[in-house]
Amino acid sequence: MLSVSDLHLSFGGIKALQGVSFDVREGEITGVIGPNGAGKTSLFNAISGFYAPSEGTVRFDGSDITGLAPDKRAQLGMARTFQNIALFRGMTVLDNIKLGGHTRLKTGLFSAFRYFGAARAEELELRRDIEERVIDFLEIDHIRKYPITMLPYGLQKRVELARALAMKPRLLMLDEPVAGMNREETADMARFILDVQEQFGTTILLVEHDMHMVMDICSQIVVLNFGQQIAAGTPDEVSQNPAVIEAYLGAAA
Amino acid sequence: MINGNLKASYGADERVLNNRNKQMFVYGCLLLLALFPLFADDYAILMACKMGILLIAVVGVNVLTGYTGLVSLGHGAFVAIGAYATVVLSNLFTALPEGVLPFVVVPCAVAISALVGIVVGLPSLRVKGLYLAVATLAASFIVNFLIEQELFAPWTGGVVGINTPVPNLLGWELDTKREMYGLITVLAVLTLLGTQNLFRTRVGRAFIAIRDRDYSAEILGISLLRYKLMSFAISAAFCGLSGALFAYFYARILPEQFELDLSLELVAALIVGGMGRTMGPVFGVFIVLIVPELIKISMGFATGGDLEMQRYTAPVQEIVFGLILVFFLLKEPLGINQITDRILRSANRWPFARG
Repeated sequence: MLSVSDLHLSFGGIKALQGVSFDVREGEITGVIGPNGAGKTSLFNAISGFYAPSEGTVRFDGSDITGLAPDKRAQLGMARTFQNIALFRGMTVLDNIKLGGHTRLKTGLFSAFRYFGAARAEELELRRDIEERVIDFLEIDHIRKYPITMLPYGLQKRVELARALAMKPRLLMLDEPVAGMNREETADMARFILDVQEQFGTTILLVEHDMHMVMDICSQIVVLNFGQQIAAGTPDEVSQNPAVIEAYLGAAA
Repeated sequence: MINGNLKASYGADERVLNNRNKQMFVYGCLLLLALFPLFADDYAILMACKMGILLIAVVGVNVLTGYTGLVSLGHGAFVAIGAYATVVLSNLFTALPEGVLPFVVVPCAVAISALVGIVVGLPSLRVKGLYLAVATLAASFIVNFLIEQELFAPWTGGVVGINTPVPNLLGWELDTKREMYGLITVLAVLTLLGTQNLFRTRVGRAFIAIRDRDYSAEILGISLLRYKLMSFAISAAFCGLSGALFAYFYARILPEQFELDLSLELVAALIVGGMGRTMGPVFGVFIVLIVPELIKISMGFATGGDLEMQRYTAPVQEIVFGLILVFFLLKEPLGINQITDRILRSANRWPFARG
């Protein structure tokens, strides 16, 4: 579904990505791992359109999207979350999640001014959809009217996932969904991610440091180190790979 | 404590006036506005009209600065464009019957204002914050410069200004301030209502998203180009409408009425009232226009109408007003709207603990 081939990205002299190539298969959970500074988030930013790669292509559903703006990629069905939560802090949880529905709605400027009529019908339908499909699913109904700033970190992460789900994405990209969470919160989030895949059939690409979780829920893993792809395969294959072991633990003396 | 406040449908939960206190406040205000001409003297009507005209412009600035987070110090120019377009077009379209003229001229003036707003908004795609403020400031200087040019004097009247037409709505000549009060109030209320509606839909939410975190808005499929320019267009259109009413309200308009002072007054009213809130501009306009008058009146009492004394008290009025603004900003950085929110919250919980 998503196919990255020979991706190169550099900032001045720093080569953030050097020839990364992998495929994300439809309906599966693919993980990207690597030590700090390996280029995982750079890869995500290149896939979602914030960075223009110097070489290589990103293809989604067979069509080349390498030069497409981020908002156009969203319209194709790509959603993502950010490593350091990027929610809209001036809004309530509900409004944040509603924004996920932006591309699916049609209200134009003039019907927005009138509100009553088409715009209202559309808004109520959106509300029903996110209440029943997202808020209920992620168990955040008790906080829907809260401003974002009042929520603890773990819940903010969940609201960000909710906002992405409101987009009805076909590809969901999660940048460190359990970073900074305790074991219980991590288990919750892992359960939600698996549920998303199972219930909605969403394809998921995630970056994560928590090895246990990645090994548990991913069917494919890509390993980066210093911008280079050093391994790719199933969790078992990757964990046996000498290059991966060396990257994480250092070479045997 | 408000009883019967449980919602049983999404429609009921999405209402803006979702409890009795809010309804009472808003309907009470509307009733007051409708009855106002019955008991107000000419001076009060004059002040109310001034407030209504300024309010529409401040609501425009609120859309751009309060909700979209783009700071402009040049919105006085859009008021100028609205006002001058109304006068110039009225003088050009003399072939039209007088009664329909405003229905053609005002929408044109608003549209011209919106188009110029889009052009002025183009830098917002590259620059933010103070840099954008300076860019809009420059744009407003250009507009004022053009209006004052001798070259356009046959149409704009140049630096000495130009006489404005009396609006005639399908044969109804609005030649008194009291009649203008009706027109201005209706349009001001509609502007507020329209803005409130806008921010209940995807369009308004996209603006707020851009204000709060622009890259996150992009990832949700919101085109920054499209929505930033749309925000500029809406805010310029409201300022243009305010300008059109300004032209109709006064017998003559002058370029100097639309200079930096006006732009700053718009922003000051917004900040004092509360940015990014529907009622913020209402409170802000109240403070910016009524407080100086109150100070003037009380100074008048204090000096007993002594003209010699008033020469000394005149600058004191400005200083007192400035101090009041600073005091409000220190006490309530989020504006008067914050105070009213608090009152409403404790009214909703009464007789239980305030919070």
